[in-house]
Amino acid sequence: MSTSAPVLTTPQFVLTAASVSAAVLPHLARMPKMFALLVVVLLAWRLLQRLRGGSKIPVWIKLPLVVLIPVLVIVYYGNIFGREPGTALACAMLALKLVETETRRDARAAITFASFVLMSALLFNSGLVVTLMLCAALSLLLATLHELEPRPETAKWQTWRKQLGDGLRTGAFALFAGVPLCLCAFIFLPRLAAPLWGAPTDDRSARTGLGDEMDMTKMQDLLVDDSPAFRVTFADAVPEPAQRYWRGPVLTRFDGTVWTRPRFVPNAVRTNTVTSVANVVDYEVTLEPSSRRWLLALDVPLEAPDNAARGTDMSLVATKPIDQLLRYQARSALRYQLDAELPPQERERNLMLPPGFDPRARALASQWRRDLGDDEAIARAPLAMFRKDFFYTLAPPALGRDSVDDFLFETRQGFCQHFASSYTVLMRAAGIPARVVTGYQGGYYNKLGKYLVARQSDAHAWSEVWLKGRGWVRVDPTGAVSPQRVQLGAQAAAGASAQWYQSDWLVGLRNQFDLVNRGWNSLVVQFNELRQQSLLTPFGIAKAEYYDLVGVLIGTSSFLLAVYSWWVLRRPREPGDALDAAYARLCRKLARSGAGRAPHEGPRTYARRIGAMADTSGSVQQLLEHYVNLRYAHALAPSAAVRQFVVAVRSLRLPRVFAKVNVLDQAATR
Amino acid sequence: MTLSSAVAPWRSRLLAVAERRLPALTRLKQPEALPIRLHRHRIYVLPTRFGLMFSAVLFVMLMGALNYNNNPALLLTCLLGAASYQSVFQAFRCINGVQLVSMRGRPCHAGEPLFIDLSLRADGRPRRSLRLRVADQETVFDIDGGDGHVRISAPTALRGWYRVGRIRLYSEFPFGLFQVWSWVNPDFAALVYPRIEIGAPPLPRADDAAAEVATKRSGDEFAMLRDYHPSDPRRSIAWKASARHDTLLVKEFEQRRGQDVALEWSATAALPYEARISRLAAWVDAADAAQLRYVLHLPDQTVGPGLGPDHRHACLRALALQPGAAT
Repeated sequence: MSTSAPVLTTPQFVLTAASVSAAVLPHLARMPKMFALLVVVLLAWRLLQRLRGGSKIPVWIKLPLVVLIPVLVIVYYGNIFGREPGTALACAMLALKLVETETRRDARAAITFASFVLMSALLFNSGLVVTLMLCAALSLLLATLHELEPRPETAKWQTWRKQLGDGLRTGAFALFAGVPLCLCAFIFLPRLAAPLWGAPTDDRSARTGLGDEMDMTKMQDLLVDDSPAFRVTFADAVPEPAQRYWRGPVLTRFDGTVWTRPRFVPNAVRTNTVTSVANVVDYEVTLEPSSRRWLLALDVPLEAPDNAARGTDMSLVATKPIDQLLRYQARSALRYQLDAELPPQERERNLMLPPGFDPRARALASQWRRDLGDDEAIARAPLAMFRKDFFYTLAPPALGRDSVDDFLFETRQGFCQHFASSYTVLMRAAGIPARVVTGYQGGYYNKLGKYLVARQSDAHAWSEVWLKGRGWVRVDPTGAVSPQRVQLGAQAAAGASAQWYQSDWLVGLRNQFDLVNRGWNSLVVQFNELRQQSLLTPFGIAKAEYYDLVGVLIGTSSFLLAVYSWWVLRRPREPGDALDAAYARLCRKLARSGAGRAPHEGPRTYARRIGAMADTSGSVQQLLEHYVNLRYAHALAPSAAVRQFVVAVRSLRLPRVFAKVNVLDQAATR
Repeated sequence: MTLSSAVAPWRSRLLAVAERRLPALTRLKQPEALPIRLHRHRIYVLPTRFGLMFSAVLFVMLMGALNYNNNPALLLTCLLGAASYQSVFQAFRCINGVQLVSMRGRPCHAGEPLFIDLSLRADGRPRRSLRLRVADQETVFDIDGGDGHVRISAPTALRGWYRVGRIRLYSEFPFGLFQVWSWVNPDFAALVYPRIEIGAPPLPRADDAAAEVATKRSGDEFAMLRDYHPSDPRRSIAWKASARHDTLLVKEFEQRRGQDVALEWSATAALPYEARISRLAAWVDAADAAQLRYVLHLPDQTVGPGLGPDHRHACLRALALQPGAAT
């Protein structure tokens, strides 16, 4: 087999390069900038070099690159194994493969490898749009394979566009033809209950999500990230937007700039600290993977879902980082009393402030303590201040070392984290236990799908103060400045600083489209071995084991293959000649009643023989004579007469009279 | 390289055994009469080496997707797998129903490449990237609009009938993952004229007077009409007759000559057997080029006298089929 074919033609090479680029493209954004640049430069350089008629790349260029790339991966990632460094290495190696691609065999290897790289992009982002785009990219890969097939000399002068169109059409056709088989394999291929090798963990950098710390001096990327954080379906009524506070990690430690959660928070299983419960809501949350352990629940959760714990600060922590879409049931009370009694240690912890920071804020707080005295009045004081001359913006000026002082007395512009942090510091300075709660606020309720979606941009931070007799009370200082933040969301509140792509109707459209994403998530992404096991319940198999599934898989795919085979093997129906068809039919009819035509007999001889056999065959003889007339008296028989003949043959009823005679006749001839 | 060379003898031995034991499988039965139609009983399919490699990578992708429990990745893998495996049907459809209708060899002299024109037919669907292999020579062709024409060339060494032998008609369309092939062994032989002697002596002449007449290129006595050849002078075309027959006809005028050129087998007695045939073949061509009537005397027959392409063919054919020819 001469697979090591001659050097690739230019169109073949360009298509191969296009396929390789399409495979690498989805990975570029995730790679370190310099590394991505290296890959792009490699691809572009090789393509240009080849288009200018350059020859083979010498070994002294390729070999150092082969060594350099793994070294670079180790430098950037500290490792070659794992999802991130592995795909980076694969991308670079694929680019390198293009550099050395000269023959058809090389190109085929590059395409095979490219399909692997393409698929690995889905390990990072498995959204509907990305999946569809990558599936479409498959047709480019297949078009390249099609182009790599040798063509006759005469066909080589076809125009570029026709050739490419041909290829893409063939690729798309193959994909469409493959859809039934693909679905059957997808549904019935037994899923693994546990991974075969190294659990796919970590890659924290890959995902945005709620952190376990809050830095006053840093911008939160989260607030401009529109990807969904979680979706909720409610059992009954949906809470008002102002009540949709989704509790995440609670931060109690402050070092002057950064709020953090203590490393150890006791479990709240034994002591039930939530009392006076009212307005209980039941709901189901589908949490997007975040690589972190926070579960979100409406303020305040009454119990921990499976595989999670509820801390005394009422935040829910899963036992494992959430690497896959996670669905859990939760139950919350919208009206409650939390921690009616505060243990002295807890009180101590929630009053702590780093020494030597923010002197002006402390001074202001002690002034309030002196002037107002009452805790509740003090808790209200900053809100009045914020309402007076503070601005809500997603692009605040930078803050210095005394971040709270700078914010309160200088810049007076910021978003939730600035307000929550300053408020908490003021309260602690005034001697009221206070803490920062992070989580999400609001969310968009999709009426069509009857569910609520919260996006990363709905991330929020607020404060809780402990008041005697009331326990922990939620105070949202951001709401004081910008009520629409609580009513409409961060971007609406940011107003003037919103980008064009965040215009109302576009955001609305995106929120509506989320329905499709949700369908995708629940139908495809979350299809796991548990749901697969219940697939066959309608057919009486309560729990489908893997051998059941394999059996069904083999059965259905065999059926599909049979359908394909039928399509391939079916004989093309030839239009044929109506007169001949009718004659054949007449002969068949006669054969059934015992007087078959011998292969050597013409119509006239046949008619004569039949006439000798029985008297009742006058009509048959007429018909045969009619046929001879139609067939041989005209160059082209008149269609009306032909139709008449066809009808006559169809309506001919023959008795089984010939049977006996025929036997006798045969005996006679013998 | 070393591996494949080590495997090669085994492979060929196995193939030989298979062809002997399973003639129906390998289609090495008797040559068949044309036309030969390819249908499912004689079309075979196997994955190519690339197809196997591709399958291995698909398997790795499948395992990766299952391991990471990533359904979209699994979906993509399944789609690619299904699309590539169903291409076996496309490949089959590409070759199914193709018909080898006719073959025509253009006679050549031994030692020259022999060109054979094959014409193939298939129903309206275009067939792409079909390949034909004859004696290690591969030709790629398409069948467009129902008809396909292929010209293959074969080296010739011996005069006589050249048998093309077994033809492998195959395709890896559309993605090169599967090879679909069929063996075709048409009952066809092309005539190979004898080798021409290089530097043969001039034509034997009866007398000089004849040569003098012969210098007058064409005579004036109308002899017959014949088909036009591109080398004919335009003024000899019989326009009226051509208009009646839809093809160009040429008036042939005969040269009245005292004597024809006689190409005698006995005149070459000094030479070895094959060389005698080569000498006579060279003389036939020389006489034809000089437009002289000639007659060929062979031990078993006499051809001619005559002139023109048909006569030349008859002479060369008789020479080619002299005892000792390839059959």
